[in-house]
Amino acid sequence: MSRLQSWGRLSREEHNTVSLNRRELEEQIELTAPGICYGMGRSYGDSCLNPGGTAWLTRNLDRLISFDSHDGILQCESGVLLEDIQRLLLPRGWLLPVTPGTQKITVGGAIANDVHGKNHHVYGTFGETVRSLTLQRTDGSLLTCSPDGENADWFKATVGGLGLTGIIIRAELRLRPVNGPWLTAETIPYQSLKDFFALSRSSESNWEHTVSWFDCLSGSQPKGIFLRANHCQKPVADISHKKRNLAFPIVPPLSLVNRLTLKPFNTAYYWLNRRKAGISTVHYEPFSYPLDAIANWNRMYGPNGFYQYQCVIPVNHSQAAITELLSVLRKHRQGSFLAVLKTFSDREPAGMLSFPRAGTTLALDFPNRGNKTLNLMKALDEVVADAGGRLYPAKDARMSAAMFLQGYPELQRFQTYRDPGISSAFSARTIDSITFPRKSCNEFA
Amino acid sequence: MSLPNTTDQPVIIIIGATSAMAEQCARIWVSRHPCQLLLIGRNPETLQAIQSDLSVRSADSTIDIQVSSMESATEIEKLTEKALTDRKPDIVLIAHGTLPDQQACQSDIEKAEQAIYINGLSPALLAERFITSMQKNEKGTLAVIGSVAGDRGRKSNYVYGAAKGLLTRYLQGLQHRLAGSNVNVVIIKPGPTDTPMTAHLKADGLKMASSKAVATDIVRAIDRKNPVCYTPGKWALIMMIIRHLPRFIFNKMDI
Repeated sequence: MSRLQSWGRLSREEHNTVSLNRRELEEQIELTAPGICYGMGRSYGDSCLNPGGTAWLTRNLDRLISFDSHDGILQCESGVLLEDIQRLLLPRGWLLPVTPGTQKITVGGAIANDVHGKNHHVYGTFGETVRSLTLQRTDGSLLTCSPDGENADWFKATVGGLGLTGIIIRAELRLRPVNGPWLTAETIPYQSLKDFFALSRSSESNWEHTVSWFDCLSGSQPKGIFLRANHCQKPVADISHKKRNLAFPIVPPLSLVNRLTLKPFNTAYYWLNRRKAGISTVHYEPFSYPLDAIANWNRMYGPNGFYQYQCVIPVNHSQAAITELLSVLRKHRQGSFLAVLKTFSDREPAGMLSFPRAGTTLALDFPNRGNKTLNLMKALDEVVADAGGRLYPAKDARMSAAMFLQGYPELQRFQTYRDPGISSAFSARTIDSITFPRKSCNEFA
Repeated sequence: MSLPNTTDQPVIIIIGATSAMAEQCARIWVSRHPCQLLLIGRNPETLQAIQSDLSVRSADSTIDIQVSSMESATEIEKLTEKALTDRKPDIVLIAHGTLPDQQACQSDIEKAEQAIYINGLSPALLAERFITSMQKNEKGTLAVIGSVAGDRGRKSNYVYGAAKGLLTRYLQGLQHRLAGSNVNVVIIKPGPTDTPMTAHLKADGLKMASSKAVATDIVRAIDRKNPVCYTPGKWALIMMIIRHLPRFIFNKMDI
């Protein structure tokens, strides 16, 4: 037994932790089901937790199986970290096409949450880089699934399936060739949402990475910083790249992000980055994973933890709904230190429950202030639901079952691929509390 | 498959290569510099999986495997003879072992015998054979994984502790014999480490070091040729206290 937390640090409950090992995997799972896989615990909410029940720790499943250096095809176990893959294969000219804002996550977690990065309009989600995966079901069966061949429907259910269809034990990934670690990046300050959308539109055809941060307290026309970058085509002579290794050694007694600090934090962040406006050459690690340089940055929010709220709003409603969301924040007199805005393109999603869809995604971090924060997010939910948007389960710790259902129309179909020996706090709170009409359930069974 | 040591790649032999600590050490070694590695263990499938993993990590390394059970002097003779044909090792790491159930060993002395053999005698005899060869080559470092359990006998695991204690004394003898030579012996004493061998202890809520952190310490101790290495470092202090506790206090402790 040990206490597990997710990245949001909202709970610290006892779990029966079972460190999976290859030789006894099947037996371990059979004896301890129902449970849920726990990799690096980087999901923000409760999708990797199962309080009072079993958590299968996957970090020991960390062997590489093969690498084809001609085509960039890597086979590995699911507990391998994206960081380890990239640091190992970069000197040979390969990187993962899709990584989220941290590379300290497992391959299994990246698949189960179908994570996305700043280059969604070019490479899509992590699921699109997966050529095949092996799924261990709790009934002892083993399924090999690939996107267009064997068990393609199981593949679609498992990519973004929150670990609920079985335990992902191995995967085959397609890497992308690069000319070294360097990116040409441009920093552009902007002064309104309209500018943000114009910048996004004009950047998509020529820039691989696009993302923006904005100051959500700076009024109805927020100030922000737009970042866009491309991998350098030609090798760059060695620029010094210092790895910063900072850490939050302790949990402060109260959130460092609070009413007093939020405004100065945001203002300072904007002005500091504004000074960097223009084009520069940067290493992919600080550009893509700025927060990985500060170990345990989540402790900044104090003992009560924090919520991340990430939604996506369909294209037609994007600007109006985001303006509305910002006005809800102002009404509730709460803001977020890290407010991230990014557009997604209209690619076919890799999984049934994949989060990205054509439109704009907004991510906000709120220190946990109990009901005040929950009420704020409920108000935000209404705006998102009205606009036909949805929330990202990997970040969520509180959405209602109805909110989940309205955002993910394929949920009912997904249910037929569930593994009855797997459940998480997230599934118990959302999917498992929905009664689907029986007639249509049978259609898929 | 074995190659003569003609390149500048370090030649490393690992016995018990399928143990979690040994596997992590191998990863560190190949990540630093291409190596000529020989992995010796009991389970051929696991050895092959580790061989593949290390080959992906370091395409320029040569990684060979050899299967042996290490359960008798005859087998140990065969194992060392085969391993040392055409190989002059720079590093030999002896890492095999099991964590026996103390209660089962008390009620069944055959189990106790096996446990003492595999954790004590077997690594000691292997050390004897490898040292003889390294002494002839006038180079090399031998590292053997002992345990903090070998520092003082206690009721909850004295069978394992006795085997590791035997091993420690044997290695001390080798260190004495090799003093002033170019051959070094490093005794590693890990505290409880998070490996499949200790999974049941973890289930009881014991805090343990990761095998990766322990491997980092082992590799560093080998680089520095430290005679004794407690890992994590705090165990040096803890065991100094445990070793010196007067019996009347020690005997009251439930450890």
